[in-house]
Amino acid sequence: MNSATNSALPWFILLAPLASAAIITLFTRRWKNLSGSISVAAVGVTFVCSCLIFGKIDISAAPLNWLDVAGIFKAPIGLTIDPLSKMMLLIVSGVGSLIHIYSLGYMRDDDGKARYFAALSLFMFAMFGIVLANNFVMLFIFWELVGFTSYVLIGHWFTRDAAAEAAKKAFLTNRIGDFGFMLGILMIWTATGSIIFDDILPKMSILTSNAAFLTVAALLIFCGAAGKSAQFPLHVWLPDAMEGPTPVSALIHAATMVAAGVYMLARVAFIIQASPAALNVIAWIGAITALMAALIATQQDDIKRILAYSTLSQLGYMFTAIGLTSNEAALFHLFTHAFFKALLFLGAGSVIIMLHHEQNIWKMGGLTKRLPITFFTFAVGACALIGLPPFSGFFSKDAILALAFEHNMSIFAMALFTAVLTAFYVTRLVVVAFFGKPRGESARTAEEAPRVMTAPLIMLAILSFIAGFGFFAQNFLLVPHEKETVLLVPMLALVALALGALTAFYLYRNREFDPIDVDLLRQKFYVDEFYGWLIRATQERLARVAAFIDHWIINGGFVGGVSASARGLGSLLRYVQIGNLQAYAFLFGLGIVAIIYYAVLR
Amino acid sequence: MITALILIPLFGVVMLYLANPRNPRRIAFVTNAVSAFYALMLWQKFDVDLAKVQLIERHTWIPSIGAEYALGADGLSLLLVFLVTILFPFAFAANRMNRGFYALMLVMQSALYGVFTAQNFILFFLFYEMSLIPSFLLIKLYGGKKRDYAAVKFFLYTFLGSVAMLLGFLGIYFARSTFDFAQLVDLAKTGPLVTGRFAWFVFAGIFLGFAVKVPLFPFHTWLPDAYETAPTGVAMVLTGALSKMGVYGFIRLLVPLFPNEFRILQPWLLALVVVSILIGALVAWAQTDLKRMVAYLSINHLGYCLLGLFAIASARSTMAKIDMHAALSGVFLQIFNHGITAAALFYFVGLLEQRRGARGLNDFGGLMQRAPVLCAWMSVAMFSSLGLPGLNGFIGEFLIFKASFAVAASFTAVAVLGLLFTAVTFMRAMKSLFSGPPNPATNAIVDLRAGEKFVLVPVTLLMFVVGLNPQIVLKVFNSTVVALAAVFA
Repeated sequence: MNSATNSALPWFILLAPLASAAIITLFTRRWKNLSGSISVAAVGVTFVCSCLIFGKIDISAAPLNWLDVAGIFKAPIGLTIDPLSKMMLLIVSGVGSLIHIYSLGYMRDDDGKARYFAALSLFMFAMFGIVLANNFVMLFIFWELVGFTSYVLIGHWFTRDAAAEAAKKAFLTNRIGDFGFMLGILMIWTATGSIIFDDILPKMSILTSNAAFLTVAALLIFCGAAGKSAQFPLHVWLPDAMEGPTPVSALIHAATMVAAGVYMLARVAFIIQASPAALNVIAWIGAITALMAALIATQQDDIKRILAYSTLSQLGYMFTAIGLTSNEAALFHLFTHAFFKALLFLGAGSVIIMLHHEQNIWKMGGLTKRLPITFFTFAVGACALIGLPPFSGFFSKDAILALAFEHNMSIFAMALFTAVLTAFYVTRLVVVAFFGKPRGESARTAEEAPRVMTAPLIMLAILSFIAGFGFFAQNFLLVPHEKETVLLVPMLALVALALGALTAFYLYRNREFDPIDVDLLRQKFYVDEFYGWLIRATQERLARVAAFIDHWIINGGFVGGVSASARGLGSLLRYVQIGNLQAYAFLFGLGIVAIIYYAVLR
Repeated sequence: MITALILIPLFGVVMLYLANPRNPRRIAFVTNAVSAFYALMLWQKFDVDLAKVQLIERHTWIPSIGAEYALGADGLSLLLVFLVTILFPFAFAANRMNRGFYALMLVMQSALYGVFTAQNFILFFLFYEMSLIPSFLLIKLYGGKKRDYAAVKFFLYTFLGSVAMLLGFLGIYFARSTFDFAQLVDLAKTGPLVTGRFAWFVFAGIFLGFAVKVPLFPFHTWLPDAYETAPTGVAMVLTGALSKMGVYGFIRLLVPLFPNEFRILQPWLLALVVVSILIGALVAWAQTDLKRMVAYLSINHLGYCLLGLFAIASARSTMAKIDMHAALSGVFLQIFNHGITAAALFYFVGLLEQRRGARGLNDFGGLMQRAPVLCAWMSVAMFSSLGLPGLNGFIGEFLIFKASFAVAASFTAVAVLGLLFTAVTFMRAMKSLFSGPPNPATNAIVDLRAGEKFVLVPVTLLMFVVGLNPQIVLKVFNSTVVALAAVFA
């Protein structure tokens, strides 16, 4: 690696969005359109730089010494340029560019447009920081920053209570994950004395010699990933995060930030994979999340919430793959998912804005003719999501299913059933939202979105179609190769797809309302209610008990005791209690005299 | 040199009474400007690469008890001198008061300079007490509701703490017949200063004095009342600078002088500090009064300082050098950052109270629409306080955790929960203050005025600069950290 040419390009990627955010915040926030242009220009720079870096084989960037305590304790800001980060750079900057452009249209009339673009730029900065980080401290710093920008963007429409509440919930849930993440980092740091990934690698024997320690550390790191990627039981924030503007949902809560957990686990795979127990937990959590979220998605009526639960479910697939020790499969799915899920969200955004902020799919309908480009591209995304060959999702999902088939039959069964459900809820969504007759006033008069919004849709549709093909994907990552041509797995996947899609098609064609009503799923397994109860029952009570102890027992008992004994001391201290300054001065003088007296006496 | 720094604020007091100005605040500001200039001069003369006490002034004072007039500064002293120099003008900007107020504040400033540069105990104690009188009077004369009660409580606590500390040091003096800090530290390296059961009394006395000042649970109950009732500027100084006298005492005296006691008490002290951290954050969460909320969070944040120190103190022989350095640097950074951030938070609460006439969590709502700039800047201070990376609050806490985790993993793990609770507290506050539909009662609230922005720019800038490039502050005390680590090891 030492022979690699030193380049400033990676630094440009990191600093261009930061500069954009700073310029907008400090100078141009009154000029909304200019702010938007600055932000788009910055993300354009990052995309060009990412492409340039991608083209070079050997490239490195000089690290910056961020923290240096007396030369012994150091925390650098170093940038990793390897195939993994190169691919991620392209995804983040590429999808990011398209979504920035789309945002110009989506947020055209928004009062907070400048604030929106500043936050979006700051998010890009933080996300590139995660991608490029070569050590845990830097990773953690940008990790938290991403959570912060997500908070700001979810709460963009802060006058709505729901948005403010969702932003708060997202930040705090992420903080819970980060709590574990920080402890995990501290464990590894303490054990190996190092934070830089390349330095930890040769010291792995220290970690592997204590299996229990390693497992705990690996699981704590996974805790951070689970928070950011919204895995069960920390998944509750992501559906609520849909209160943010739709481009934000597409970029942050579908394509990039929520994939950061997967990326991070792939980055530190050498630690995770040393602990079979931790891997097992990760695989199961992934499978449970995938299944649970898919079940919930079948009974949601809000177009964005359906997509949000779908994101949870697909992220679950990726974690399953990580847990089954195949980073390739996880990253392959991350790669294709970034395109088709961003596409689906942007398509949904196009529908929502053209229907004047209508998000309920039962108020839509009859949109195939009114929004032809949106419908067509949305259909491409839907095909990719359900894994219809030859759309990209088919290949990447198949890789994960084959992996599960090989390693763990029960997880495979869960993943396969999830595939049935995926086909079901996606078909339901498309049939109800686009087909049939318009069921709402706004659906009757809707018009196609402006070109600044449809152009990114078309680009993403093309990418969603081709991203799965080996000839395309292998340029960016290691495409997992099928072992001994197990034809059974793709066959089963196709059966699952047909089963789910056809059932949904017949159930939901030309319906005015949902024929199925499962309260348990509509209420998302009551997890939110449970957490609400838990918080009320424990934490807030804890706070009140602490306040009570503070106020009565210590204040009353302890202080009371002190002042009682003080009173007992007689009139001297009573003067003080009345607040008599002379008495104090007298005491103070007495103290000084006492010192001198004792000293002289000696 | 340092004497001049201590005398400048007192000179300002004299000016206040001689000139009898219509606007006493202007004289206070001019005095601060001169102090700041002098502090910068000190920095100029100070060699940051030199790992020892510099700019020493030594004169015989009371020879019979070996009390010299000895002043000097190392990196830590310098850092605290800066902190005091920054905080006082900031605090003056918060309130417009009469002449007496500024006079008392300036006396306090002078005392603080003295405390942080004194090199022997008698002088230290003199300045320590000298800061107590004005703070008591400031609360009693200029405070809000319950000021008599709060002032007396504050006084009782800190005064009893001081007396205990004085007795403790007298005990040491009788055993070792010196008050000089450097000599005491050297003596402590060769063996215990005081032996037998008497040592525990001495330790307990000094510990009590500083623990009340910081404050550490359960010696903290004077704090919420005092901070709540004190005028904004006084609360800013109380939390920003006065509480640091306690932490400073721990670093300078208690930890170097009592290695055995700390080792024996390790689990108890760590438990106490962890409780302090959690109780501070939890009780803050339960508050509906913004000022009380910020007050309780001070207990939480200063708890992190003590966590770092107790970790060092209890495991100094086994602690790796890297952890020792991390802990000390973290504690120093935390001292500085908490001073800046907590003062800023009190300032903002003061602004809200001035505008609304109330400061309950539920008295506001939808403020983002009325005063977006005020909200944005206040959010910066809040995020700094909850430890968001990129702002100043994060690094100190992170370094402390890094070090204490190596020594006491389970205690640290619980302490890290404090970060979560602070986040909950601030998230709730931000939501009910800033977002949601606008509260009609806040209609008259205006955004930040030019003058207020002028005050806030340097402080906010400092939060960003220290957060983005902590090396700037680290440079000031790096060699002091190395020297102290050598003392502790």
